[in-house]
Amino acid sequence: MQPLDTSRTAGVTPPPRRRAVLAGGLGALAAMGPLAAGCAAPSASASGRTRLRYWHLFGGGDGLTMQSLLRKFSTAHPEIDVQAATLQWGAPYYTKLGMAGAGGRAPELAVLHLARLAGFGPGRLLDPFDLDLLAELGVRQRDFPENIWRRGQAHGRQFAVPLDTHPTVLYYQTEVCEKAGLLAGGKLRPIRGAEEFADALRAAKKVTGRPGLVTETLGVDCIIPWRLFATFYSQTGAKVLSADGRRLALDDAKALKVLEYMASLVEEGLWVRRADYTASIGLFNEGRTAFHLNGEWEIPSFRPTGLKFSMTRVPPLFGRPTAQADCHAFVLPHQADRGGAPDRAAHTLVAWLLKHSVDWAEGGHVPAYAPVLKDPAYLKLEPQSEYRDVIDDVALDEPAWFTGSASRMWIELGAVFSGVLTGSRTPRGALDEAKQRLRALLDTPNPLAGVAS
Amino acid sequence: MTTLSPTSAPASHAGRATPASGTRTTGRARRSWTEHGLVFVAPFLVVYALFLIWPLVSGLGMSFTDVDITGVGGEFVGLDNYAEAFGDPAVWASLWNTVWFTVLSTVPLVVVGLVLALLANELRVVQWLWRIGWFAPFLLPSGVVCMLFLYMIYPSGFGLADQLLASVGLEPGIGWLTDERYAMLSIVLTTVWWTVGFNFLLYLSALQAIPPHLYEAAELDGASAWRRLWHITLPLLNRTTGLLLVLQVLASLKIFDQVYLLTGGGPDDSTRPILQYVYQQGFTGYRIGYASAVSYIFFALILLVSLAQPVLARRRRAEEAAK
Repeated sequence: MQPLDTSRTAGVTPPPRRRAVLAGGLGALAAMGPLAAGCAAPSASASGRTRLRYWHLFGGGDGLTMQSLLRKFSTAHPEIDVQAATLQWGAPYYTKLGMAGAGGRAPELAVLHLARLAGFGPGRLLDPFDLDLLAELGVRQRDFPENIWRRGQAHGRQFAVPLDTHPTVLYYQTEVCEKAGLLAGGKLRPIRGAEEFADALRAAKKVTGRPGLVTETLGVDCIIPWRLFATFYSQTGAKVLSADGRRLALDDAKALKVLEYMASLVEEGLWVRRADYTASIGLFNEGRTAFHLNGEWEIPSFRPTGLKFSMTRVPPLFGRPTAQADCHAFVLPHQADRGGAPDRAAHTLVAWLLKHSVDWAEGGHVPAYAPVLKDPAYLKLEPQSEYRDVIDDVALDEPAWFTGSASRMWIELGAVFSGVLTGSRTPRGALDEAKQRLRALLDTPNPLAGVAS
Repeated sequence: MTTLSPTSAPASHAGRATPASGTRTTGRARRSWTEHGLVFVAPFLVVYALFLIWPLVSGLGMSFTDVDITGVGGEFVGLDNYAEAFGDPAVWASLWNTVWFTVLSTVPLVVVGLVLALLANELRVVQWLWRIGWFAPFLLPSGVVCMLFLYMIYPSGFGLADQLLASVGLEPGIGWLTDERYAMLSIVLTTVWWTVGFNFLLYLSALQAIPPHLYEAAELDGASAWRRLWHITLPLLNRTTGLLLVLQVLASLKIFDQVYLLTGGGPDDSTRPILQYVYQQGFTGYRIGYASAVSYIFFALILLVSLAQPVLARRRRAEEAAK
């Protein structure tokens, strides 16, 4: 529904289809009996090959990459008949996936945003991975960053295996930054602290006469204001929710400091006040704006236009070098008779895709599978490998049923913080409203609770 | 229809008595049920019951439970959902958006429809062209209409709307869909362009039903064109206007597509109608029980509006009879 298809692959749903999605999962239920995930007879497709249905939400450039990966997989594994379905990113996807899992007639394999796992009824709508089988296929826990792997767990089982992480990053226009004296050896000189970043924006403005930073600040279900708040706020070391996702843990003073800083940059004319997602991409693509903050998935938008740009991690403005992120992960939607050859095929495809995620990284995502991070082919990718070490500093939402990509929290707080940037809300007012909305979400029981297994 | 072929269903009897049809006076006790026509409406009735009556009943049942989207389980929670809905500011805010849209859209849709009909009625030349031209947008699906406006009319800074403003020396760059001050107006504009053709057509047929001798008599008495409009045309269109107002209010209350496609309910939920809130709670929030309760509150509202129509019409008829 919009020209920038790539935005569908990660945290931004194109208008007008962006919807908040709630999944269930304050998780943490009393322990119940073991889940009956019985084995079943293998279901073979007519050709005698094993049928493997795989649902994902990759459109645009990511979609093309995924399709070519699947073609290679089919060549390598002729015994498996992969039937992939690309669904619309966002709420409709999660609605369909949830209902398929609820009916027990789900596809063998699907993609899910990792931060949404808690809200997706692990154990009820999702089946756990067979870690022995994965190990046999050469994929082990030690191959992943500890914090990301752990987020795939619920009730002591592994329900999600991460494919990548897609953090918020800083894009910069090299020519403008060069003229503004911000580069050293062709790369952006390290920026430390909020004031240095503001100075960099001022220097860029001197060169171009326009605001040095452009991001999405408004629009249909705009999420970037939330991503940026979450990035800077995580750098202060504080958390939005308690670790179990059940209580509000917002540090007022730190949150206010971040919001006031964001508002002051716009106020000073260093940050474009009004731009929707598409406009922010368009403005940066013109090549006269020094900086753009967004997820890393817009590389395919800027590459073909010949824009002279590079990327780096979001500089540590408030202490720590963390950045807001989510991860694409594989999950096994609940099947009443999961097991046998189709289940094995699903594990096989997961392992194969992880080992071949260099191609996947080309779209900007940072592979979660450690051996690929050391792969020379990946290290050759510029600027994709520039920010690879962010994988140890990603700030995922605390696990709650209303958090994660395109979740209620993102949409609601995105709207609130959008007001700070456009000037319709004061930082203090926005903070109060954000807390009020978070409390309302916390007070709503999880609609799709998982099952302890 | 000139002749009724024996195979065609007697859907339009048009006052003709078919020889087969028994009448009450014949005193035949049993009539085969084809004669009741039941057999012919049965397929419709089955579909109607299956897809309208049953969901209506089961939805009401669900509104007293906390069932989630999977449809499995769900505890009986009594009136909790209704209590929550009445205390939920988002319900009231989106209900207000729906009402506000209805207020903003109904008047122009009726007035513009009337004006276009009067114009087309006067323009005896190439009347078919006006008729097609003004009615054509109504034939487009909502998705197409919204794409047109999304990509051609409203893009901030370079859309057609901005170009028009720029041509009269105003500042382009209005956030037609992204600025809270204009988003609802933009949706109303889109809706008027899209659906005014229906009202226009109804008015036009009503106009053409006005006997010409009334105008001739008025002209002989020296009544000006304005007076003819004011004292003959408009009063004789009253019934059409009443009907259109009710139809339009009901149609506007059901607003969903344009908002979903143009603004997604934004900016900041300022255009989110109640139906979208129901959708969000049910299909993206997975709370089917709660969503059902909210939709039943809305259902009650629409029912009130629908019931008001025959009451008003009866009263009007009584007044006319009293004159």
